[in-house]
Amino acid sequence: MPALIRESGQREVFCGLTSIVWLHRRMPDAFFLVVGSRTCAHLVQSAAGVMIFAEPRFGTAILGERDLAGLADANEELDRLVARLLERRPEIRTLFLVGSCPSEVIKLDLAKAAERLNRQHRGQVTVLNYSGSGIETTFTQGEDGALQALVPLLPPSQEQQLLLVGTLADPVEDRLISLFHKMGIDRVASLPPRRSTELPAVGPGTRLLLAQPFLSGTARALVNRGAELIPAPYPFGVEGSRSWMAAAAAAFGVAPAQVAAVLDPLVERGRRAIAPHREVLAGKRLALLPDSQLEIPLARFLSRECGMELVEVGTPYLDRQLMAEELALLPPGTQLSEGQHLERQLDRLRAARPDLVVCGLGLANPLEAEGIATKWSIELVFSPIHGCDQAGELAELFARPLRRRAALSFA
Amino acid sequence: MDLTLWTYEGPPHVGALRIAASMEGVHYVLHAPQGDTYADLLFTMIERRDRRPPVTYTTFQARDLGGDTAELVKRTIAEAVERFAPEALLVGESCTAELIQDQPGSLAASMDLGGIPVVNLELPAYSKKENWGAAETFYQLVRNLLKAQLPPPGSPRPDPQAWRQQGRRPRVNLLGPSLLGFRCRDDVRELTGLLDGYGIDVAVAAPLGARPADLQRLPEADANLCLYPEVAGPVASWLERSFGMATVTTVPIGVGATVAFLQELHGVLGMELPAELQLDAEGEMGAERRSRLPWYSRSVDSTYLTGKRVFIFADATHAIAAARIASRELGFQVVGLGTYSREQARQVRAVAQELGLEALISDDYLEVEQAMAAAAPELVLGTQMERHSAKRLGIPCAVISAPLHVQDVPARHSPQMGWEGANVIFDAWVHPLMMGLEEHLIGMFRHDFEFVDGHLSHLEGAHGPDSTAPVSAHASGTAVLDRSLESASKQPAAPADGVPTWGKDGEAELAKVPFFVRGKVRRNTEAYARAKGLTLIDSEALYEAKAHFTP
Repeated sequence: MPALIRESGQREVFCGLTSIVWLHRRMPDAFFLVVGSRTCAHLVQSAAGVMIFAEPRFGTAILGERDLAGLADANEELDRLVARLLERRPEIRTLFLVGSCPSEVIKLDLAKAAERLNRQHRGQVTVLNYSGSGIETTFTQGEDGALQALVPLLPPSQEQQLLLVGTLADPVEDRLISLFHKMGIDRVASLPPRRSTELPAVGPGTRLLLAQPFLSGTARALVNRGAELIPAPYPFGVEGSRSWMAAAAAAFGVAPAQVAAVLDPLVERGRRAIAPHREVLAGKRLALLPDSQLEIPLARFLSRECGMELVEVGTPYLDRQLMAEELALLPPGTQLSEGQHLERQLDRLRAARPDLVVCGLGLANPLEAEGIATKWSIELVFSPIHGCDQAGELAELFARPLRRRAALSFA
Repeated sequence: MDLTLWTYEGPPHVGALRIAASMEGVHYVLHAPQGDTYADLLFTMIERRDRRPPVTYTTFQARDLGGDTAELVKRTIAEAVERFAPEALLVGESCTAELIQDQPGSLAASMDLGGIPVVNLELPAYSKKENWGAAETFYQLVRNLLKAQLPPPGSPRPDPQAWRQQGRRPRVNLLGPSLLGFRCRDDVRELTGLLDGYGIDVAVAAPLGARPADLQRLPEADANLCLYPEVAGPVASWLERSFGMATVTTVPIGVGATVAFLQELHGVLGMELPAELQLDAEGEMGAERRSRLPWYSRSVDSTYLTGKRVFIFADATHAIAAARIASRELGFQVVGLGTYSREQARQVRAVAQELGLEALISDDYLEVEQAMAAAAPELVLGTQMERHSAKRLGIPCAVISAPLHVQDVPARHSPQMGWEGANVIFDAWVHPLMMGLEEHLIGMFRHDFEFVDGHLSHLEGAHGPDSTAPVSAHASGTAVLDRSLESASKQPAAPADGVPTWGKDGEAELAKVPFFVRGKVRRNTEAYARAKGLTLIDSEALYEAKAHFTP
């Protein structure tokens, strides 16, 4: 493979706070309280599609000048604010204090604050903390932080079980679990759970299967609790999903014939679902800008199953261990880049003129205006795209911008 | 420390970004960590801009903090100046960078940047907000670009009537229109045409569409029109103080305000007031006929608008304008008025007082929602936040102010100012009310056999203010995500002590009341029952309460 391009400079990437937008939906009994600035509040609000209905289960404790002047006061203020919040929202069972750039820089110790608040509200709520700050985390790493914060709370267990790690859409999760059951893996648990109080157990009998590729820290923490990581590509597209499920099956000693009996019909159907989109995508040139950490698995899917040519595959950071299976499947010659110097990367794009660019919302319209078709990457972290059954929809997400361009005419 | 769930305004550096992005030839270097680039999507998605806002972020990370972040700032400035060759450079920091005190403005001042004007922005992120940041940035930029032209103290004021001696048409500056402001693009076009009709030229409109060189021409105009005081207030008063330029402060939103604006402008410029801007023998103002609003409002079809209860919450400019239009030009009853613009709170309070109200000055949308529910309005005029609250309460709403949604940036010409602006306002405010009426008719005819099942109204899924049922989220918007977001379930209000309970036939009777007054009827009936010591509300109690409250 060509040498990795490693760059630093302006990054057009959200910070880890953004993952609150899907995490709070997964655990409706949890509240995410960012301890930060007006910028943090505005970011989460803007990323969440500007504004949604009702009172959200996330908010920002906005630091004021007085909090900056004295940390003792800041802690008192936080206690007061949390007490009021819990009074207003008695249904909250888990409160995540989420660190931000300003809270990190002023060294507001949220771990200590969480300990203190746990004592104050024992019996009503569990208070945890993690950092979603932009100086330490990008976009999806926020979920890694939140899940890591949950790991110490997981009860110990020796039992043999499969643990799916990473937020999945509920129906997708149900479907995947039923497929594991069909293959003969009976005990399947998920992290994060659907209720923050119903935490899965973990221990030496636990085998981890990562549903998302951005959970390095969580995987390490679970391995430290005795779990064993199942190396696999990620469940995007037919090939990735099949390998992902088959890797789990192999780890549990399921006979290959049994795996084939369950999965082969899905693979067959999934390929049929991809076929019409492959017609649009095959031979088209694709670049992915660093954003959600899904870039490498998606590039693998789009090149191997949809026939796209990879111009450049960017990733905010490259975890070679968690990406090993994916990297092995990328076509030889794939240009990877890690980190970002936005202007230089855009210069490369303009020179290469790919047919489709996967990028964030800040860049999509400007690139479209330059004549380059784009796919908003953020939709990928909110849409159900995992598993063989979703492979057609996943391909469609990328084919749609190209179809749309072809459909429009103003002459 | 304040708990914020949704905010009306972003941080002050987003205000600075609005100024930079509104202009041409300006670049902004922002010392900020990863994540702060989210601000780009406000412009590329909400405003559908076809280019990135002109900003370069330093994107410092935790590992840089031990090292030399100042060097990173200087490198970023040098690269940005080389790549974008701006005509003026803004340098500033976001909330986190403010804490590490690299002072990017001083760093920029120490660099050789080829002599371009460099404006050092100090926008306190922990005490100020977006509109303040926009106003301060616009002011600092104008001040910096005009410092060479400053007349010495004691110079005579320029004569706003000098155009006459110079044998040219009078010219004015339009100050304040900016991106992410409400309909600014269309207001500029509308006013330019309007002024032209009265023989007045626009010298400079700024910041929207202006270059730094245009700002240097500001003193060439005969007067400044301070159209959006939230953004242009400090610039207009500085130009008045330092250059002696006259300022027109009336904001021409609504027919009456447009007339008053033109009268003020003619007076300032020493122009003869055209007959159409004076009351004629019948006591009518001829210029009114340039807008359809007065006739539409007088036409019998609008009779049903009389006394409609309207709740207004917006930025100060649009809240004040809306209160006057609603009460004077549409015959509504304003039952609530407020703003999140603390800087202009005084003016809003004064208008509220004229209407016998106490203004709500708040940036807590839950407090606003509470006030809205308590006022039991039939129409809400607000921001995107109030649109959501109103939807939840089942009340029709028109958006009249930022914060914006992509749908508030329409493809068609859709100003708020001037005659056409008044037309747009009539349609935009009356339409949701008519839809509300239609909703009632749908309810009335629901049981007719002709009624097609599945005839969904625009308020689909919304329930009346009396309902505690959770409502479904409405997908819209830049709204990439919100379709995947559910509405957080609203906590059913616990029955408070002393609240009478509703009997079955009472509930059944209440259900027959049109949904848009149902909440009010419920509250009135409960108040009546409490006063009478009733514990159970049946249909009789409801009718008694009705008789009691009907004058």
